[in-house]
Amino acid sequence: MSPDLLKLIFGRLDFESLPLHEPIVVGTFVVVALGGATLLAGLTYFRLWGYLWREWFTTVDHKRIGIMYMILGIVMLLRGFADALMMRGQQMLAFGGSEGYLNAHHYDQVFTAHGVIMIFFVAMPLVTGLMNYVVPLQIGARDVSFPFLNNFSFWMTVGGAVLVMASLFIGEFARTGWLAYPPLSNIGYSPDVGVDYYIWALQVAGVGTTLSGINLICTIVKLRCPGMTMMRMPVFTWTSLCTNILIVASFPVLTVVLALLSLDRYVGTNFFTNDFGGSPMMYVNLIWIWGHPEVYILVLPAFGIFSEVTSTFSGKRLFGYTSMVYATVVITILSYLVWLHHFFTMGSGASVNSFFGITTMIISIPTGAKMFNWLFTMYRGRIRYELPMMWTIAFMLTFVIGGMTGVLLAVPPADFVLHNSLFLIAHFHNVIIGGVVFGAFAGINYWFPKAFGFKLDVFWGKMSFWFWVVGFYLAFMPLYVLGLMGVTRRLRVFDDPSLQIWFIIAAIGALFVFIGILSMLMQFAVSLLKREQLKDVTGDPWNARTLEWATSSPPPDYNFAFTPVVHDNDAWWDMKKRGYQRPLTGFKPIHMPSSTGTGVILAGFATAMGFGLIWYIWWLAAASFIAMLVVGIGHTFNYHRDFDIPAEDVIRTEDARTKLLAGAK
Amino acid sequence: MNTDTHAAHAGDHHHDDGHAHSTFSGYMLGFVLSVVLTAIPFWLVMGGALPSKQITALVIMAFAVVQIVVHMIYFLHMSPKSENGWTMMALIFTIVMVVIALSGSLWVMNHLNSNMMPMHEMTGMK
Repeated sequence: MSPDLLKLIFGRLDFESLPLHEPIVVGTFVVVALGGATLLAGLTYFRLWGYLWREWFTTVDHKRIGIMYMILGIVMLLRGFADALMMRGQQMLAFGGSEGYLNAHHYDQVFTAHGVIMIFFVAMPLVTGLMNYVVPLQIGARDVSFPFLNNFSFWMTVGGAVLVMASLFIGEFARTGWLAYPPLSNIGYSPDVGVDYYIWALQVAGVGTTLSGINLICTIVKLRCPGMTMMRMPVFTWTSLCTNILIVASFPVLTVVLALLSLDRYVGTNFFTNDFGGSPMMYVNLIWIWGHPEVYILVLPAFGIFSEVTSTFSGKRLFGYTSMVYATVVITILSYLVWLHHFFTMGSGASVNSFFGITTMIISIPTGAKMFNWLFTMYRGRIRYELPMMWTIAFMLTFVIGGMTGVLLAVPPADFVLHNSLFLIAHFHNVIIGGVVFGAFAGINYWFPKAFGFKLDVFWGKMSFWFWVVGFYLAFMPLYVLGLMGVTRRLRVFDDPSLQIWFIIAAIGALFVFIGILSMLMQFAVSLLKREQLKDVTGDPWNARTLEWATSSPPPDYNFAFTPVVHDNDAWWDMKKRGYQRPLTGFKPIHMPSSTGTGVILAGFATAMGFGLIWYIWWLAAASFIAMLVVGIGHTFNYHRDFDIPAEDVIRTEDARTKLLAGAK
Repeated sequence: MNTDTHAAHAGDHHHDDGHAHSTFSGYMLGFVLSVVLTAIPFWLVMGGALPSKQITALVIMAFAVVQIVVHMIYFLHMSPKSENGWTMMALIFTIVMVVIALSGSLWVMNHLNSNMMPMHEMTGMK
């Protein structure tokens, strides 16, 4: 075939694009391919495809979508953490003239992929998954406002993750750092596909994130059960509301700034170029208008989880509920007023820097108020040190350290010394791991019995806890030291041999965290095997306080046979106190949304379109785009959107639960 | 508690919770207003009615703002009461966010521009 024809069909994709010259990537590919083939063969052998398609991939049930988000987050955590181990290994070895084992080309991709994956495809799915699962249950709703949209959002997030993973074996990923600053990310300096993978992975996933934000806001505003006024909402629902408002307000900024960057790269505009009037500084400014709210998008739901866990395991009403809500709202607004602290050193001058330095420091006030609220909730409480509570206490200790280094970095003169150093790296890992990751793990351990009907194994949970916490301190405290000594981030080789010991300690810490992650997987496996011993039939294993514990574990498809009515904060606690009796008769048919495969198909075409645009395979991009329009419009003619669960089915489900509860007593 | 759960089905929704009722004359009025508000800026540019380009640009922006308000009232049926005030709250939040992002960016970029320009623009400085 002629080269022109090949180019027409495959764009710039050819055999040269496959990273066959990178032995590490080839080895990974072999392992992944074998593992993937085994998984696919197993699914086929056990005839699970139909089950997965009907019950999971096409489901519009917020609970199953939430669980799928969690699985996505944990799978991507393995990938993102593999990158982390590679970096720690490289930096530990590359001393005294050694080049380490990663070449610069590969190493730069590794640190970029690590950041992108951990934020967009680990932290975001974990947080979104928990919100998806818990929020409708906490407000006594049967599903989210737009169940189909929810399914579509999830698959768009998966589409973005697929594109990032594809870049490992087909072509390469960006070598720009996780925010892809121009001019480096512009076509002149990054002519290959890496930055295009970055752009389209985030654009595809960003659609999902924005839509799920709209969906959850609407759910919280419109679907609360009778009696649940705004000031009776559980704190996790409050923080979810604020997080989703932040998502809807800030993700469009990311979409636009990436769109402008793609225009620069694809059609030769000059928004962010060095010449022809372009301003790379404008990119930095715009992306941080999204980027700073993004960190609060991640941490606010974690704050909500800690609030629920603290009051449940202290056996007390949350101290200062009202101040907690106002602190959350204040953080939501303030998070928009601080973005410049990410580029104090770009040269804005004293007045601008001092304004943003002060606003940054002010954020620590509502955050500190929250910390005291949790402490006062524990004060004189009957504290049970179950796994969720352990993660919460680890969070309190760790996050305060991270917060203090944050306030230190908020002082512009200090930032001039520390910016771009490993001190900064240590700071944000300190708050993201100590806040978001510990929060997600507290949430997983707390709500797992709700989702599956049995508790998680305590021994492996504690293993995971201690290895994670100790590993975290070992891995990141040395980075504070190195940062104070002036070591900058993203370095591949080092000259000064006296630094090596710190990198060795950090690498040992990373190995500890690795054992922590393996322990967590082990915890899931062991709990599954021991599910009969760990079983909970009451639906309320922790003697908890909010509505999600009022229904069975796992909850029926319809969540609540009758919509609950709320009279107080901590609605379920209030119901228990007043001698609540489960209704046993009078069940009616329940109106529910139907499953649909449209979300999977649309997201599949969106991913194919992204792939076409990345490799300049224009026919593929155009065909996928048209297919998306056709499927999207076709879906509007689907009138089989809902059905009624017959009253007999509801009676059968509820009677089964009545028997279980009677047996438990 | 049992009675409460059943009461949930009765519901206490207000059916007049502020959905503005769309009427033909309302849409026509909105349509005419937006045509007029679009035509005038066109005329300002094509006819060159105002002395300077800068004034023209400012006037067009003012018309754009009025246009936004017309769309919100006549086409999106927004009012302070719609959706129990949530629409208004969302609007205020949006305006706050947009003002922060735009004015902040202008302030920041203006500073960067004056501080970080190449030397030949700073010849007057010691």
